[in-house]
Amino acid sequence: MAILSQEEAKKIIDKVLSYSKADEMKVELTGGRSGNIRFARNSVSTAGATNNLSLSVTVVLGKRIGTSDINEFDDASLEKAVRRAEEMARLAPENPEYMPMPGPQTYAKPQAFVETTANMKAPDRAKLAGASIKSIMASQLSGAGFLEDSSSFNAIGNSKGLFGYHKNTSVNFSLTIRTPDGTGSGYAAGDYNDATKLNTGSLTDIAIQKAKASQKAAALEPGKYTVILEPLAAGELVQFMIRAMDARTADEGRSFLSKKGGGTRLGEKLLDERVTIYSDPTDVQIPSSPFSAEGYPHERVTWFDKGVVKNLSYSAFWAKQKGAKPLPEPSGFVMTGGTQSLAELIKGTEKGILVTRFWYTRWLDPQTLLYTGLTRDGTFYIDKGQIKHPVKNFRFNESPVIMLNNLEALGIPERTRGNMVPPMRIRDFTFSSLSDAV
Amino acid sequence: MKRRNFVKLSGLGMGATLLPAGLVAGHRISAEELLNSGPDAAVKKRMADVALNAAKSKGATYADVRIGRYLRQYLFTRENKVQNIVNSESYGIGIRVIANGTWGFASTNEMKPESIARCAEEAVEMANANAEIQLEPVVLAPQKGVGEQVWKTPIKKNAFEIPVKEKIDLLMEVNGAALKNGASFVNSNLFFVNEQKYFASTDGSYIDQDVHRMWPTFTVSAINKQTGRFKSRDALSAPIGMGYEYLSDNPAEKIIVPNGPTVYRYAYNMIEDATAAALQAKEKLTAKSVPAGKYDMILDPSNLGLTIHESVGHPLELDRVLGYEANLAGTSFATMEKLQSKSFQYGSKIVNLKADKIQPNTMGLVGYDDEGVPCKQWDLVKNGVLVNFQATRDQVHLLGEKESQGCSFAESWDSVQFQRMPNVSLQPHPDKYSIHDMIKDTEKGIYILGRGSSSIDQQRYNFQFSGQLFYEIKDGAIVGMLDDVAYQSNTQEFWNSCARICDKDDYRLFGTFFDGKGQPGQVSAVSHGCPTTRFNGVNVINTGRKI
Repeated sequence: MAILSQEEAKKIIDKVLSYSKADEMKVELTGGRSGNIRFARNSVSTAGATNNLSLSVTVVLGKRIGTSDINEFDDASLEKAVRRAEEMARLAPENPEYMPMPGPQTYAKPQAFVETTANMKAPDRAKLAGASIKSIMASQLSGAGFLEDSSSFNAIGNSKGLFGYHKNTSVNFSLTIRTPDGTGSGYAAGDYNDATKLNTGSLTDIAIQKAKASQKAAALEPGKYTVILEPLAAGELVQFMIRAMDARTADEGRSFLSKKGGGTRLGEKLLDERVTIYSDPTDVQIPSSPFSAEGYPHERVTWFDKGVVKNLSYSAFWAKQKGAKPLPEPSGFVMTGGTQSLAELIKGTEKGILVTRFWYTRWLDPQTLLYTGLTRDGTFYIDKGQIKHPVKNFRFNESPVIMLNNLEALGIPERTRGNMVPPMRIRDFTFSSLSDAV
Repeated sequence: MKRRNFVKLSGLGMGATLLPAGLVAGHRISAEELLNSGPDAAVKKRMADVALNAAKSKGATYADVRIGRYLRQYLFTRENKVQNIVNSESYGIGIRVIANGTWGFASTNEMKPESIARCAEEAVEMANANAEIQLEPVVLAPQKGVGEQVWKTPIKKNAFEIPVKEKIDLLMEVNGAALKNGASFVNSNLFFVNEQKYFASTDGSYIDQDVHRMWPTFTVSAINKQTGRFKSRDALSAPIGMGYEYLSDNPAEKIIVPNGPTVYRYAYNMIEDATAAALQAKEKLTAKSVPAGKYDMILDPSNLGLTIHESVGHPLELDRVLGYEANLAGTSFATMEKLQSKSFQYGSKIVNLKADKIQPNTMGLVGYDDEGVPCKQWDLVKNGVLVNFQATRDQVHLLGEKESQGCSFAESWDSVQFQRMPNVSLQPHPDKYSIHDMIKDTEKGIYILGRGSSSIDQQRYNFQFSGQLFYEIKDGAIVGMLDDVAYQSNTQEFWNSCARICDKDDYRLFGTFFDGKGQPGQVSAVSHGCPTTRFNGVNVINTGRKI
């Protein structure tokens, strides 16, 4: 029941739309199932499974808006949801920024649903976790990991004839392996739409290797270093930048994209010319929903082209104020890269530090997009193209904007947390202090 | 409502949440349904018994049931506009079992006897499947059943009974005050939560709890388009375990700092604070950029609360110490050996930190935890020495203890309960000593108020915190405002640099609704109390950069 077909979803949406004569009305249906298993100290710790199907009804009376959600699907309940939304709309103050709903749209058709992933069950998860634990124990190490799979759909329809349907699957696995003496720790993670692409064995091997190699790290002085950021680390900082591309905030003067004296930095070259970042719901590596919650299409959008700011995201209201097209924030992005593997990037580094991942990254200043955080689970010193020894973890204070101007080289992009990100070699990356944490 | 949308709508920075977390979930409902008290305890007892009996009949050696009805109301505004009003309800049952020595958990929102029984059976099936990779059977500390119990947060005014219009009028007045005093932008928000939680277990407990929490807050921004600079100041309120009475004006609950801001205890004047925030945000535009170096740091509870949370609350969670959080939040520098040594100097001798789940007005105040354990208070750090951790029933035996400390919590009925932080608070100094005295006794210092950027490593050694307001102190007086301030330290060094703590009259609460932990991520609500406190010789960095 949780995954409805396009026809089933449309039938429910049309029925709900027929229950009201409001000025405008929107209906959203979402459903799915997910399951997870978590282990620590080489043993399962918790596990769970959920199913959900939910309906959301938004009613507009003039500029008054009311929304009601329900998860019962008999006719009386569906009608009750509509009446509640109408009642809330009557009670709500007028929203002067209300924008009429969009009419019918054309959406892309991403291939994001994979049957194998949708069919995963508790014994499959236990088997995958068990195999990982077996390898960890054979190496006389201690592991903690998490596997989660889900399948879901969302459908949207409104009284102006708009309809959209999308279904999606996902699986993600991450694990941290520590040495018994507490001096080494390694991490690996993978996420996919297609569970057959997930290789828990190779991820476990990487984490084991990093844990062993990171034992007894040496301290280096904090300062500016050339770093190689693996995709997991680099992607985290780039993602913060992509999420801060809202046009209204920039126009209002409170964004890294605000221009001194007013206006935005749209069209300016802000980053190194090797930086091109786009989003595309049909990208085969990171397929995602082709429409936003408001019903606007997600299409291929270039955010940075050769370092130039090409697009900002616009809400419908702000787009109208500025004579622009509504452009929703993307759910994932692709940063183009080079042809070198991570190993080749390391080989081409005279002196530098390899970073596996960052931890507890938080903003310091939205104006400069300055972030702080720490390295974790595998930080190594590189000398003359070779990993020489593990180093103690650092705190960094750095901005992705500064970082993407200090670019030396890009590697082959990899999927990480729903984005495609290349490993990067960056000069003058600022480490501000040392941490004893392993 | 997804956390990302919540943060966006609220106008709060990402720092408003402490860790990546799950959802602020629920189904939107009409306003009067927030006043519906839900099914009575007798109905819930019958449903709980269906689950317990079904689990036992399938072989569970232990089972507990949580029937939860979670009501939330969020009001979001900016300038003269109401962006959204959300009333949500989430109702369902979560069933946890031990079968074959292994935990299993399942949940459903179908509250029919046959669905509940099936859900209990699923939990047992999951436990049996996972027993294959369980190394040692779960050991559960004994907990005598407490029979039928009722507990309620002692509120004076139920926030859900206050008409929405009154709340909107308040926020519009707050926004008006900020704009009138020079703010370029203002977002203001009210959050109210009522958790109706029913717990039952095979130990013989049937506990009905009615928990209330709230948070009034805002962010005011000032822009100088000519220079291209912008600065903001967040509210100095605390998320709090009180009713609507928190939003009142009571001079006895105010502390006015000489040449500095006004701060609030258990009565918060939101309009007054928004007025001050607008003036201070403008002042920040021209504040002096801090010279990096060592300073004596005077930290207001609105700032130190977060530092306590990160550098004391989290490292003393037993599940982290043992490695259960290694894949996400990390482990802890505060190891079992350090506790067992009975001599680990966590802080200076004046540092006393307590865990307390029965402290009035706090976010973590409940009668019983989510394993049916009666709540209590206990010492974590006594006279500077580490003396205890925080634990749940299935881990406390690893401490050599026979009784749980009551630290189990689940975000909602559909999430499994696990070890979460109780209220953790720094105790006031017994000697009379005010913030006025402290400023007077400081030669070269920085006085910090409000929560800002925060980051700490995965074993809780190295941290960096910022704030909302930074005042330079020279020779016993506030001389002006500073900008670009963040303090960095190592947890043990920092707490050992604790030089002075004000008395109980200055004691106030910090709090959060969004302490994130676990996989899948869950959030919990918690408070941290302390008076204004001074830490000598702390490293301050300048965070000003150019792009």
